[in-house]
Amino acid sequence: MSAPAAPAGLGDYLPVATLLRLLAVLLLVFAPHAMRLPVWESGFIAALLLWRALAARRQWRMPPKLLRAALVFAALGGVYASFGRVSGQTAGTALLCVMAALKLVELRGRRDVMVMIFLMYFMLITHFLYSQEIWTSLYLLLSCLAITALLIECQHLGQLPPRQTLRRAGAMVAQALPLMLLLFVLFPRIPGPIWGLPADAGAARSGLSDSMAPGDIAALIESDDVAFRVRFDGPAPPPAQRYWRGPVLESFDGRTWSKGWSAPPPLLDGDIRYLGTPVRYELTLEPGRMPWLLALELPQAVDLPPDARLNGNGELLARRPIIERRRYTLLSNPDFAFAPALDARQRQRLTRLPNGYNPRTLALARQWRDQGLADAAIAARALRMIRDENFVYTLRPPPLARDSVDGFLFDTRRGFCEHYSSAFTVLMRAAGIPARVVTGYQGGTLNEPGGYYVITQADAHAWSEVWLDGRWQRIDPTAAIAPSRIERGLGSAIGAGEGLPDYLVRRTAWRDALKARWDWVNARWNGLVLGYGPELQQQFLQRFGIDDLRTMILTLTALLTATMAILGFVLLRRAAPARAHDAAQREWQRLLRQLARRGYRPRADEGPRDFVARVLAARPQWRATLQPAAELYLRNRYLEAPDAARLAALHRAVRGVRLS
Amino acid sequence: MSSPVAPVLHSLNQIILGKDAQLRLVLACLLARGHLLIEDVPGMGKTTLALALARVLGLHFQRVQFTSDLLPADIIGVSVYETATGGFRFVPGPIFSQLVLADEVNRASPKTQSALLEAMEERQVTAEGETRALPEPFFVIATQNPSYQLGTFPLPESQLDRFLMRISLGYPPAEAERQLLMERERRDLLGELQPVLTPAQLLGLQDQVRAVRTAPALIDYLLALVQRTRELPGLRQGLSPRAGLALRRAAQAWAFIDGRSGVIPEDVQAVFAAVVGHRLVAAAERDGAATSAAAILAQVAIP
Repeated sequence: MSAPAAPAGLGDYLPVATLLRLLAVLLLVFAPHAMRLPVWESGFIAALLLWRALAARRQWRMPPKLLRAALVFAALGGVYASFGRVSGQTAGTALLCVMAALKLVELRGRRDVMVMIFLMYFMLITHFLYSQEIWTSLYLLLSCLAITALLIECQHLGQLPPRQTLRRAGAMVAQALPLMLLLFVLFPRIPGPIWGLPADAGAARSGLSDSMAPGDIAALIESDDVAFRVRFDGPAPPPAQRYWRGPVLESFDGRTWSKGWSAPPPLLDGDIRYLGTPVRYELTLEPGRMPWLLALELPQAVDLPPDARLNGNGELLARRPIIERRRYTLLSNPDFAFAPALDARQRQRLTRLPNGYNPRTLALARQWRDQGLADAAIAARALRMIRDENFVYTLRPPPLARDSVDGFLFDTRRGFCEHYSSAFTVLMRAAGIPARVVTGYQGGTLNEPGGYYVITQADAHAWSEVWLDGRWQRIDPTAAIAPSRIERGLGSAIGAGEGLPDYLVRRTAWRDALKARWDWVNARWNGLVLGYGPELQQQFLQRFGIDDLRTMILTLTALLTATMAILGFVLLRRAAPARAHDAAQREWQRLLRQLARRGYRPRADEGPRDFVARVLAARPQWRATLQPAAELYLRNRYLEAPDAARLAALHRAVRGVRLS
Repeated sequence: MSSPVAPVLHSLNQIILGKDAQLRLVLACLLARGHLLIEDVPGMGKTTLALALARVLGLHFQRVQFTSDLLPADIIGVSVYETATGGFRFVPGPIFSQLVLADEVNRASPKTQSALLEAMEERQVTAEGETRALPEPFFVIATQNPSYQLGTFPLPESQLDRFLMRISLGYPPAEAERQLLMERERRDLLGELQPVLTPAQLLGLQDQVRAVRTAPALIDYLLALVQRTRELPGLRQGLSPRAGLALRRAAQAWAFIDGRSGVIPEDVQAVFAAVVGHRLVAAAERDGAATSAAAILAQVAIP
């Protein structure tokens, strides 16, 4: 950051109106970042914008150099204090924003505005790191238009009214659009993060996590974000079979279910027997920063994505957390027998409960066990208890004390799916039956215009898996208390006043239709624009006979280079006309080259007569041929009107020059 | 290449010793129908030069010594009442001569200065509501003391470019000064000088200067030079189109004196400092060297 040495001169004059427009455009560029930046930074930037506007109106003085430097270092320190680093996506963006705002403190003339304009173009791009939705793209296109208008204004300061600059900017952006489309389609897509996206790239989103405490899933329901979309290759399985398997939680600490310490066992051949007819489907998963690839229970371990594997818990895991939208195709069998070998250690692990918690629940299970009931009968008994006694399915459960399962089963009896699955699993374990909690999604809504299913966070669910008859069996206690949740979704299962989120309450037919339509547009956008990767590009280009990516890159490069070369040549010719048409000069150049080989070159500002005189002073023996040639050159180029015969004489004279 | 004005140059060189280049410039200025500003401290031979020029070219000569109380009418002339005829008669001032020496022009008030400069530009004088043409040829040599001397009104920049050239004679070379001191006084020699041209012949030569060819390639060079002065950051302003025209005319005259039918870049370079020097104003004192005429010449390549 350096201040111009001299006060802004006439050529660097900046009208107040232009400066205020710059601030307005800057606000437009900053706005989407405002919620993502730390509060202090957003406030600081807003204060800087306001100060600059007031300073322009009231002609305040710029702060001294020392204060400016102090502000810069303070901002740098602030960013470091907030993020612990100054690079990466979030910290880098924060640094860029605050430094761009600080540029206002020394912004005086047109030159600084130019710097600002290019900074703003760059800042626009950073928004794409956080969001690539349709709205974002439209917003950024609009911002781009505003910046371009400002750029045009700065090139014609005080000569064009804003409406004119906007119109010109519109024309320029419109002209750029076809080029953008062309580059979008043709620019080689290279698999992998070629642009070196920082490790913390991608937006923070709500989604399943690797643990579950009472209230976790209920909190997830508050968001109607899409979790994933599914397109079935045939008829979709009925809702009651649409269980999308996510994290399997095997460890309970009295309140929270989590994955536990031991790594899940590998999946062995024959652990799963697939029954019935398999279903093939394509799933587009929104990034959730977790490695689980959601799958319909239970997926087959064939044709999995290359970086995914199916483990012994039936979880499909990617090697790394998902930070970008992913699309994959799977084959699942809703009918299956999940029967891995369970040794004594595993059996013990899967029935472990923390000591000293939920004594009443333990007592109930022991009582059932003492009645001599078999495992299956105990499970049926527990389900009957949930169904027949006065339990309530609600999103607004009362708070639970230390013994959360006791409190829920015997006192409050009001809860959401995590309460039911947790309590049921604890009951099973207390009775010595291996059991665990499975989280994921259940159901999904058909998007009529698109013919695919949308699974939102409202479909998040938790159920139990119980070891009965030598295999894992899915038992969903929520289905016992609220069967309509499973059949028709959350909206129909929760009564009024039970805390249903607003977006589920305010449903109307046309609203749903509109929403479905919008989701379909988004899905198309995701598929065609954001999902346009190497494979899709290859498919698309194959239609035009371009099979080979390498050929395409070469063709494209050659075409671009040729276009640029021709354009550059034409522009250069236009900039320096008539130069090459001067035949006498061509002859003279030939003579000059000859002299240059002997070590004599004219200075740029040395006239031909002086130059020849200088050469002859050093080499008088060349006079006989050099002098006439030089004189003929002067006559042809300067002294007399063009004449073919004289030109021919010059040609001969230059040919006849003997330098020896 | 023989010069058509060789006899003139020869005669002048008899009187002003060791100043061949300056004499050529003076002659070029005259042949280009321009006016000349000589900037020098007193005693360098300015008046002698003007007298010699008038004599050799056979021109009617008048000298006006500019003082602070000089009035425009003292230059242009006044109408006097004649009792004999009962009417007014215009008595023309010294400006009505073919060669006017305006000595120490910066001593007069700006009002008087501009009367002279207007007459130079228009080549006619309007007095008492009547316009009177000045004689042909008409050539003004103004001299000016360097402006740091006390009690002067330096010519404003806007009026300086009424002069085609500004030169300074400077001290004579040692050998010439020795000759000067040993021989008879130059003023005495003047009387013996014979005219080598008539005014009519001079007018003819001036017409021939106009016919000297300026090839497109040379115009490119002129344009590049003028353009360069407009780009230089050290200059308060670049050369005007009028300055460009002046440069072309002066270069034509120089080529003519050298006996060439067309202008070559060297001709432009020869007159550049004299034509351009007083039209360029450096933005700051320290920029003077970087923006001198010679520096600009060195920066512009010949196309």
